[in-house]
Amino acid sequence: MSSAAVMDRRALLRGGMAAIVPVLAQRPTQDTGSAAPLRQPELAGRPRDRITDYENDPFIIGVERRLRCTCGCNLDVHTCRTTDFTCTYAPQLHREVVALVEQNKSAEEILAAFVAEYGETILMAPPKEGFNWAAYLLPGIVIGIVGSVIAWVLIRRSRMAAPAPAASNKESPGALSFTELSEDDATRLQAELQRLEQ
Amino acid sequence: MTILGQLALWLALLLGAWGTVVGILGGRRGDPALIASARRTTYVLAGVISVAAISLVTALLKSDFNVAYVASYTSRNLPIAYKLSAFYGGQAGSLLFWALVLSLFAAAAQWLTPRRYSYLMPYVAAVTSFVILFFVMVTVFAANPFERLPFTPVDGRGLNPQLQNPGMVIHPPMLYLGYISITIPFAFAVAALLSKRLDMGWLHAIRKWTLISWLFLSVGITLGMWWAYVELGWGGYWAWDPVENASFLPWLTMTAFLHSVMIQEKRGMLKRWNMTLISLSFLLSIFGTFITRSGVISSVHSFTQSSVGYFFLAFLGLSIVGVVVLIWTRASLLKTEAHLDSALSREASFFFNNLLLVGMAFSVLWGTLFPIISEVVRGTQVTVGPPFFNQVNIPIGLGLLALTGIGPLIAWRRASPRNLRRQFAAPLVLAALVALALIALGLRDFYAGMAFTIGAFVVGAIVQEFIRGTGARHRLHGENPALAFVRLVGRNRRRYGGYIVHIGIVIYFVAFAGQAFKTEIEASLKPGESVDLRSPYGHTYTFTHLGVSQYEALNRFVSAASLEITRDGKPFGRPLTSEKRQHVDSFGRPTFEPSTEAAIRYTLREDIYVVYAGSVEGTEEAVYRITINPLVTWVWIGCMVLVFGGAVTLWPGGTVGARGLRRPTESGYQARLPAEMPIEREGAEVLS
Repeated sequence: MSSAAVMDRRALLRGGMAAIVPVLAQRPTQDTGSAAPLRQPELAGRPRDRITDYENDPFIIGVERRLRCTCGCNLDVHTCRTTDFTCTYAPQLHREVVALVEQNKSAEEILAAFVAEYGETILMAPPKEGFNWAAYLLPGIVIGIVGSVIAWVLIRRSRMAAPAPAASNKESPGALSFTELSEDDATRLQAELQRLEQ
Repeated sequence: MTILGQLALWLALLLGAWGTVVGILGGRRGDPALIASARRTTYVLAGVISVAAISLVTALLKSDFNVAYVASYTSRNLPIAYKLSAFYGGQAGSLLFWALVLSLFAAAAQWLTPRRYSYLMPYVAAVTSFVILFFVMVTVFAANPFERLPFTPVDGRGLNPQLQNPGMVIHPPMLYLGYISITIPFAFAVAALLSKRLDMGWLHAIRKWTLISWLFLSVGITLGMWWAYVELGWGGYWAWDPVENASFLPWLTMTAFLHSVMIQEKRGMLKRWNMTLISLSFLLSIFGTFITRSGVISSVHSFTQSSVGYFFLAFLGLSIVGVVVLIWTRASLLKTEAHLDSALSREASFFFNNLLLVGMAFSVLWGTLFPIISEVVRGTQVTVGPPFFNQVNIPIGLGLLALTGIGPLIAWRRASPRNLRRQFAAPLVLAALVALALIALGLRDFYAGMAFTIGAFVVGAIVQEFIRGTGARHRLHGENPALAFVRLVGRNRRRYGGYIVHIGIVIYFVAFAGQAFKTEIEASLKPGESVDLRSPYGHTYTFTHLGVSQYEALNRFVSAASLEITRDGKPFGRPLTSEKRQHVDSFGRPTFEPSTEAAIRYTLREDIYVVYAGSVEGTEEAVYRITINPLVTWVWIGCMVLVFGGAVTLWPGGTVGARGLRRPTESGYQARLPAEMPIEREGAEVLS
């Protein structure tokens, strides 16, 4: 093999390395200006609109969380439109909310507008008025009343069963003191304790 | 095979009726032949219903599309695991599955129950046979999985994509096991009422059953949460959906029962209440199935709706009447043997624990039914969603969490001020330190702060119990601390297993509190574009869209969108890929609407939850919803701890409690212990 041929290979390697190293050192960059079309876009779900500031607006999200989607999913508008991407109702309701926000309506005004259009069922929780108070208050009232009765009975019994003076203990079996165990019971207790220890 | 299945169902119908009649007659007359017949009927029922189940499974696996059920819930290209899960994926199959599991449980109850409770067994056979009869009847007359079509489709419709998830393979059976196994303790309770043998026997006989069904329910509910989290794509795991509520209701009453039954065992109190609770649990499990199956209340979980609701309503009504009559007529036999001595006693804390558990069950039931009530009363429909349930139930839940710590710290019968100071000091100090630390760290969410603080109190109380128990054994027996700890737990598994379960519950609460700090963002990104999101822990995550790829896989066409993630500028694991799945049949025809598969990076502190919502104008420009979910992993860890605690409690062996319960004379001591005795609790621990 001639030295010229060796030199040629070295030159070739140098040239190759010179071409490869910059490529390896370079971080992959992508064209952010355009997006290639999908091979089968119809199988990638419903087409989506670009996200605007409205979709991440905390005020709008807060309002949408208080509104029920009308598709029958039981979810609020925000959750439905960001979860069930086949739903056509939630995006429409979102657009209605955005339209009302653009009119500088307050949250309560927006909710009132929705109630006027769809009825009370559009709200994720019953409004606190009239019969709906029963929904909010009844569990607390029931727990409060039963708890108070239990507490009252306990306190009453507690007073009745409070440790009495030694002289009266014999008349009150529930208030026996430890020292008053009969000899038989004490023996039995000891035997049981020893057995448990084994 | 389906003819065999049909025949088996009809035979099961006859056997169910036979078992009910001979069970009752055998129990009343004490006729050994009838009693033996009732027992054997439960075994034969299990065998016959198994034949029906095997017939359906065979039809599913063989893709016999002439069977309407098989054509409705499977397709040729459905993976085998989902063909099997289609058994309970549809209404008719799930009812047969219910009958199958109940028949196996009924047979196991007859087989495993010790002979000393033989006086209850014919009635137990009657009750289980009756419930099986009901389910078989619904299966035969309203939702028959063996119904054939007049023609044979070339392929089936396939299984709902949301059900094609490993979580859905195991979640429904677990939940069903929980629901169904409640029937066994209920059957013993009814047997005790029918036989008028209302001593401690029936309670001892069902102890393990109640705990097992409670554990199955707990695991089933948690698996349901996991399925909702990974499959439904909304980034949460509990939405107070009617079906979720329906599973939660019997869990609450069973939890109340597991606590109140201890008072009956130790003090002979709350007999009527315990009978009511176990009956209520059973009735609520039927109510849950009624809600799921009837579609009376709309729910995302109601995959199956039909007229079977009427059957369930009738059965529910009949059961309620039967239980009320039985408890009413046996009320005199259910009198309490003792009264509470003090408001400061463990019994009292259990009273309040029961009050809150049943109160929460009431509030959940009330909220679930309120739309119907509102429509009846006002003629106006309302929605009762998460805002309502959170508002009403979070304070109750926090009260319950506090009682989880308070209960074990208070002595039985009566606690003295000295006892209270000694027991509460350390846990309260720990809770106060945690509260101060949280405030110093800038936590301002009241309920989350309360959950963390009360959680610290409960953990402090439990750890103190372990330390004191271990210390007492170490001092009195000279055992080294490790051995003392093991023996402490080993010799009173019920108590210390219960404490471990309580730690699991604390973990759940802490995880739930994490939801208060959830952050999310929506973004439409072209390949190479990024979006930042700051997590509650102060990290800044940068998500860079890599592109969308499309390919065919198994029974679906997949569009996969990937995000590269960095945390505070450093790479954070491999890219996350969320998918849109268009399921197709074996001819490549789309079967359902496209479904979404979330991509989740689990960490102990926070999960990153990415959902590919779709593409803009049919290009690789993808719309994402990105959520940072703090502490979610701890929900699953809490469940594991809970199951571990339950396993410790259930582990066979000679616990002091179990030995004591076999000798009624020993439990008499507990009823006759002097008022001051329980204050010296270390002595009691050492005995354990």
